[in-house]
Order: sequence, then C-alpha cells, then structure tokens
Amino acid sequence: MSALVRVPRSTLARSLGLALAGGAALLVASELLGSYQDLQLASGTYYFIVLAGLTMLTGLSGQISLGHGALMAVGAYTVALLVGNEHWALVPALAAATAVGAAVGVAVGAAASRLRGPYLAGATLALAIGLPALAEKYSGTFGGANGLVINPPAVPAGLGVSFPLERWEAWIAGAGALVVVFVINNLVRSGVGRSLRAVRDDEIAASLCGLHVGRVQTLAFVVSAACAGLGGGMLAVVLQLAAPGAFQLQLSLSLLTAIVLGGLGSQLGAIWGAAVLVLLPTWTEHLSHSFSLSQQVSANLPLAIYGAVLIGAMLVWPSGIQGALRRIYAAARRSSVGLKRLEGNPTSGSGGAGNESN
Amino acid sequence: MTRFIDLTLNGISTGAVYAAVALALVMIWRATRIVNFAQGGMLMITTFIASDVIGSTGSYWLGFFVALACGLVLGALVERVLIRRVEGGPPLNAVIVALGLLILLEAVAGMIWGNTPRSFPPAFSIRGYDVGGTRLLFAPNDTFTVLVVLGVAVALWLLFRFTDLGLRMRASALAPEVARLLGVRVGRMFTLGWALAALVGSLAGVLVAPSVFVGPSQFDPVLIFGFTAAVLGGLDSPPGAVVGGVVLGLVLSYVSGYEGASLVTLAALVVLVAVLMVRPGGLFSTRRERRV
Amino acid sequence: MSAPAALEIEDLCTDYGPVRAVDGVTLTVAQGSVTAVLGANGAGKTSLLRTISGLQAASAGRVRVRGRDVLGLAVEDVVRGGLAQVPEGRGVITELSTEENLRLGGLWRGADAAALEDAYSLFPPLRERRSQAAGSLSGGERQMLSIARALMAAPQVLLLDEPSLGLAPMIAAQIMQLIRGLAAERGLAVLLVEQNARSALSIADRGVVLNLGRVVAADDAAALAADESLRKAYLGF
Repeated sequence: MSALVRVPRSTLARSLGLALAGGAALLVASELLGSYQDLQLASGTYYFIVLAGLTMLTGLSGQISLGHGALMAVGAYTVALLVGNEHWALVPALAAATAVGAAVGVAVGAAASRLRGPYLAGATLALAIGLPALAEKYSGTFGGANGLVINPPAVPAGLGVSFPLERWEAWIAGAGALVVVFVINNLVRSGVGRSLRAVRDDEIAASLCGLHVGRVQTLAFVVSAACAGLGGGMLAVVLQLAAPGAFQLQLSLSLLTAIVLGGLGSQLGAIWGAAVLVLLPTWTEHLSHSFSLSQQVSANLPLAIYGAVLIGAMLVWPSGIQGALRRIYAAARRSSVGLKRLEGNPTSGSGGAGNESN
Repeated sequence: MTRFIDLTLNGISTGAVYAAVALALVMIWRATRIVNFAQGGMLMITTFIASDVIGSTGSYWLGFFVALACGLVLGALVERVLIRRVEGGPPLNAVIVALGLLILLEAVAGMIWGNTPRSFPPAFSIRGYDVGGTRLLFAPNDTFTVLVVLGVAVALWLLFRFTDLGLRMRASALAPEVARLLGVRVGRMFTLGWALAALVGSLAGVLVAPSVFVGPSQFDPVLIFGFTAAVLGGLDSPPGAVVGGVVLGLVLSYVSGYEGASLVTLAALVVLVAVLMVRPGGLFSTRRERRV
Repeated sequence: MSAPAALEIEDLCTDYGPVRAVDGVTLTVAQGSVTAVLGANGAGKTSLLRTISGLQAASAGRVRVRGRDVLGLAVEDVVRGGLAQVPEGRGVITELSTEENLRLGGLWRGADAAALEDAYSLFPPLRERRSQAAGSLSGGERQMLSIARALMAAPQVLLLDEPSLGLAPMIAAQIMQLIRGLAAERGLAVLLVEQNARSALSIADRGVVLNLGRVVAADDAAALAADESLRKAYLGF
C-alpha cells in the first residue's frame, strides 16, 4: 500500500519540498557552469523572482501591469542607497528592497484595485515611464542619468578565496528565488489563491460571497511588487549599478511578454520566461554575427526577432510554452488512460484541464 | 503673464497631437476592444515614408498625403493579417501581439532607415505670431495643427453619426453578433475602423515630427501621452479623446514650463491616477464598462 | 407543394466540444406558416436557431433557405439569402436610437423610407420613441423593435428565439398574435422557439418538440396540444 515516494499532503510541506528541490538543482547547475553562465543563471534567477510574482498577479488575479519595471527600479535603488551610502550588508539590504517594493505595492495596488483592464494598463504604463524619471529630477540623491554604483558583494570568507563572485551572486539570487517559490506556491494553493481566482473570474459573484475584492487584489499586487523589489535589488547587485537606463519601458514590456510566453499564472512558466529573457538576446546577437550583417541591421536584429517571436508565439501558442507542454502532457495521459481502459484496469481521476497553478 | 499665455498656447498645440493619437486609439478600442500599442510604431513608419518622399520629391504636401494613404493601408493590413487572429480572444493576447508589433516595427525601421533621428519639415512657418510687439510661442504651423486635428475629428463625427457606413461601423463595434444577424459585414467594418484609425495616427505623426524628429523610438513618448489622453477621456469616447488630449497637453505644458521637462511623464501619471480614482472609466464615461 | 419549402433542415447536428447540442434534427417550414420548437431548458432550441443562422458551426446536416444551401456560409451571407433572426434577449443595440436600430436592419437591402414607415405603422409605440436610445425602451417595446428591425430586410424566413421571455403575459400574448398575423400577411416562414409551450402552440401550425437535441415529437400544433402524455412529459402543461 505504501508507495515508494510519499508526496506530502500538506501544502506547506509541498511548497517546502518544491523549494528545496529547486534549490538543489540550482546549486548543482551553478557548480557545473562557468563564470559567464553563472552570471546568466543569476540574471535568470532574478528575472524569475519578478516573473513569479507578475505571473501570479496577471494569471491568477487577472490584473495587467505594465509598470513592474518601475517597481524593480524601486528595489534596485533601495539596495544601491543602503549598500552604497549606508553600508548595509547585502542580505538585509535585499530584505529592505523587498519591503520597500511591498510598501510601494500597497499604494499602487490600492489604486490599481479600483481600475480595470486597459485603464489599469494605462496607469501602470505611466508609472513605468514616470517613476524612473524621478532619478533624473532628484539627481542629487539618485545619481541622475548615471545612476548609483554599487560595490560588488564580498564573497564570504568561508567559501574560500577562489570562489567565483558570479557563482556567489547566483546563490544569493537562488536563495531569494527559493523563498519566493515557497511563498507563492503556498499562496496560490491556499484560500487566498482561491479568492484571487474567484475575483478574477467573476468579481460580482465573488463579492456577493463575501470576498473583499479590493483587499484581495491589493494583496496580490503587494506580493508581486515585493517580488519585483527583490528582483530589482538583485539586478542592482549583479549589474553593480542602479541607473534609469536599465528600467525603461522596454523592461516592463519584456516582463509582461515573458510571462505570456511562459504561460499566465504558471510558476513553471515563469522559469521559461526568465530563460527567454536571458538567452534570447544573446542568441540573436550570435545569429547576427554569424551572418555578418550590416551594423544597421545587426543592431536591430535582436529586437526584430523578439517582436516576431512575440507575435508568432501569441498566434500559434496562445497559452504560452507551459500551456503547450500541458497540452502535450494531457494528450499523453489521455492515450495512456485509454490504454488502461482497454486492458480493463480502473482509471484514476480526470485529466488536469482547467488546473493552472503548477 | 506672457509665459502663461505661451504655455497655454503651446499646450493646445501639443494637445492637438495627443488628441489625434488618442482618437486613433479610441477608434480601435471602440471597434475591436483592443488597445493598439503598436500605433506609435505604425505612425512612425508612415512618417519615415513621408520623410523619404519629401526628400526625393521636395514636396511637403505629397509626403503628407502619402503618409495618410500609407496609414490607411497599413491599418487595414495589420487588422486583416494579425489582429483578426486575436480578436475576441483573451485581451492579453491582443496586447502582446500589439506590443510585439511595436517592437518589430521599431526594429525594422532601424534596419531600413537607421537609428539616427532625422529632421522633418513643418507644414507652415514655425515663427511665432507677432502680437503687439511680443512674439508668441504659437506659430502658423500650430494653427494648422489644431485646425486639421479638429477638422478630422469633426469629419469622423459626421461619418459616424450621419452616414450609413458610420452606422454599420458603430453597430459592429457595439454588438458584432447582432450586426451580423442584420447582414452587416462586420469583418470589413473592423478593417475599415483600423484603417481610419491608422490614418488619424499618421496625421499625428507628421504633425509632431518636426518637434520630436524622426527615428524608431522617437514617437514612444507621443504614444504614451496619447494613450494617457485616451484613458483620461475614457476609451469609449471620441470627444473624450479630444478633450483628454488638450487637457493633457495643457497640464504637461505647464509642468514643463514651471517645473522642468523631466517631471512631465510623472505629471501625466498623477493626472491620470487622480482622474481615474474619481471616475474609474475616464472623464467622459457615462455608463459602466460594457461586459460581455 | 411544388415549390421548395422556405426553410428545410435535414439531420442537423451541432457539437459544443464533446456535447452534442443538436442531434439529427429534421424539419421544414412552409411559407406563411408558423412552426413552434418546444422543449425544456437545455433541449437544444437556441442552439438549433444559432446553427441555422450560422452563428454556430454545424457538424453535420443541411440547411436550405428558399432552396439554397446555406450551411457553412458566414452569418451575413445567410441573412442576405432571405433569413432573419430575432435573437434571444431581443438583441436591441441599446446605445443606438430606435430609428438607427431599424435602419440598420434594412441597410444591406437598401431599404428606403417607405420600409421605415411600414415599421412605424405596424408598431406605433416605436414611432413615438424613434429618436430615443433603444436602451430606454420597455421589454415589450424592445421586442417590437427587434421584430420590426428583422422585417426591414423583407425576409422570407424568420427565426424567433423566445420572444415572450421576460414580458408580462398580456404583452407576450399580443406579440404572439402579431407573429401569427405577420406570417399570414407576409407569407413568412416562421420558426418560433418558445418555452411557453401553451402560448406557442396556440398560434402555431406545426410543432416540434426537442429533448436533449433530438426531435421527440413533430405534428400539427393542435394534435400536440391535445396529446396529454406528451404535454406532461415535455411541455409542462
């Protein structure tokens, strides 16, 4: 009766297991990869942190945000100011970035919860453009267009003198990602997650059931903003710089498209999205080099491919990479279930159609 | 005082351009329930084409009308080829397609014309009017801008309100299924709606080009302000788009004049949020959002 | 009858994914007659109408309007073949005025002012409200508008989806009588979907009872109304 591997029933235990498994994978990967790839791993991880929150916001609670790039900027500048000016240690600074992100998220989320669809998109769009401009207006504090420089984090002595900085950064980012996975997974499968879905699917019905729509949606926003703050803080550490140029509109747009590519509402999809954000630009640059294209063409090629991929992915794969995988998986399950039926074996429960948080 | 008048006039002139972009966005939203983020890219392309035409023929007006014609064609093409496939689906898909198109258009423009911004001639003189000795910051070209945008807005209003074609387009936008049952070729109406909207967008492009210069990303702020203006006025309301555009133009002009240009976008955000808090559907929303 | 019936449906099937909503329905409607389609909620009545007009794709079968095959055509083209549908819930476009709604109905045919006049004569209350937004009309007035709008295209076949829904009984009865009269005067072939079976059978020539998408009974209206066991089983009276 006892299976070889017992999958824990409690959500908390499951999330913990997931986080630890993910952590182990990251650890192994970072050991095997070289410095440059470690840097990419670190980048991908902090993108994942942001995307995990954003995909929950858009997929689960149905709110579109074009302004998460600005929220990342908030986290980045927080870390830059605390580490650079106040000489805080890295981990407390990242925690502060998360907290500040959450605080801004409360304000933005409260406003956002009153807006719908395109109006929310418009407001967050303006946020994406307007907030980084503050850095230029108050250039005394924020370093203007050049931004604030951050000294690279010191690798702890205990890891040895030759421990590469990039791997340490990947570990830090990874630790943050584990926390995020744990928290969001719990959230998604808990009563809060159900409330979010209820509000997304039918606000009026949800409020008639006693759900406080505004509060639930603000909570989702706050969590996603906290993730953005943390991810942005990590970005500042990896780039060793917090400057307005890194947080232009393109960033917010890239984040949004990454979660769509990965599949809305899907944490696994956030991994795909993060991978695309990191790998695609590098790959397109290689492509343009190998075809020896003119400067004018090659400089714009990455963007062109990006745009074409977005359009193509939406037309061909509306539910994103994760959705496509799910369909393949479901089809495979159906055929194996069909086989079982033929052989006269009892089948297990129905396929996973409609269950989107995995 | 002169400063205030200057800023006001300047605000009206820039506001007219934002109003045109807002109008284009509103038309498409009303027709197909999609926010056309690619509008900025589309009008950028048509302005580039106009620039080439002007450069090779020396005629401003030829370039002007070629831009408008290209806008018509481009709008119809985009709707037919791309948007048709995502109409009626989840709204986010259409948003992503539009964003993807925006990025693609900007990249392609960079490949064809390069990324260095180039200048674009104004239609008329940009030397401010001389009023009793003082030179205003408002020139014949600004008068032209305001008048032509107003003219186009009125023309569109007449089209929609008083013609059979306009009736068909409104019905297609308001209730496509019912319109089909009444024999209206809804698909064609959508294509036409996009074509007209793109025409208005192209107009905005050539009008604003002299001040922002022509380059792949030069029109991004214009798109954003146009979008803000559209949301301000209410996405369902064409008159709201015009009013929203002018109001935004004025506000941004004052902010830029008194506080400095870098706060301009933040000011737009503040205005936007303030209005939406009081009226979540925009200034001119009279009814709640249409629910499917 | 040597001429083809105005509306002929053969073995029509419609699927919503794995659910078969219309299962091999066959019926014909002659000019100048009213056929009532009856059955409980979910019996497939609305799906049937939507499939005929083309709003819903069919999986199998044939639909002929005035002898012409229309299955697979776009809705606009089916309509231009001489069919009009008054949708469930009336489908009045509330943001347009009464007159604009009416004019819209006749645009594809190039209907002129005379057709508009005709509509107003048929439904005087509409004339009073011609410039008002259609959203301000009462339920009964909206039903009149919806029917008048469908008639602007001078159709040969008229599909009506639950015209009495949400109307006060007296108004509903008036509408029913009106439909009866229109069929006779204008030679329309009327296919009438109704939940209120008693009312529908009182004005219909023929009746078809659907259950789970299938035709379980098809007969003259009077015969159906007289069949007690049938009435109790499927029609609720």
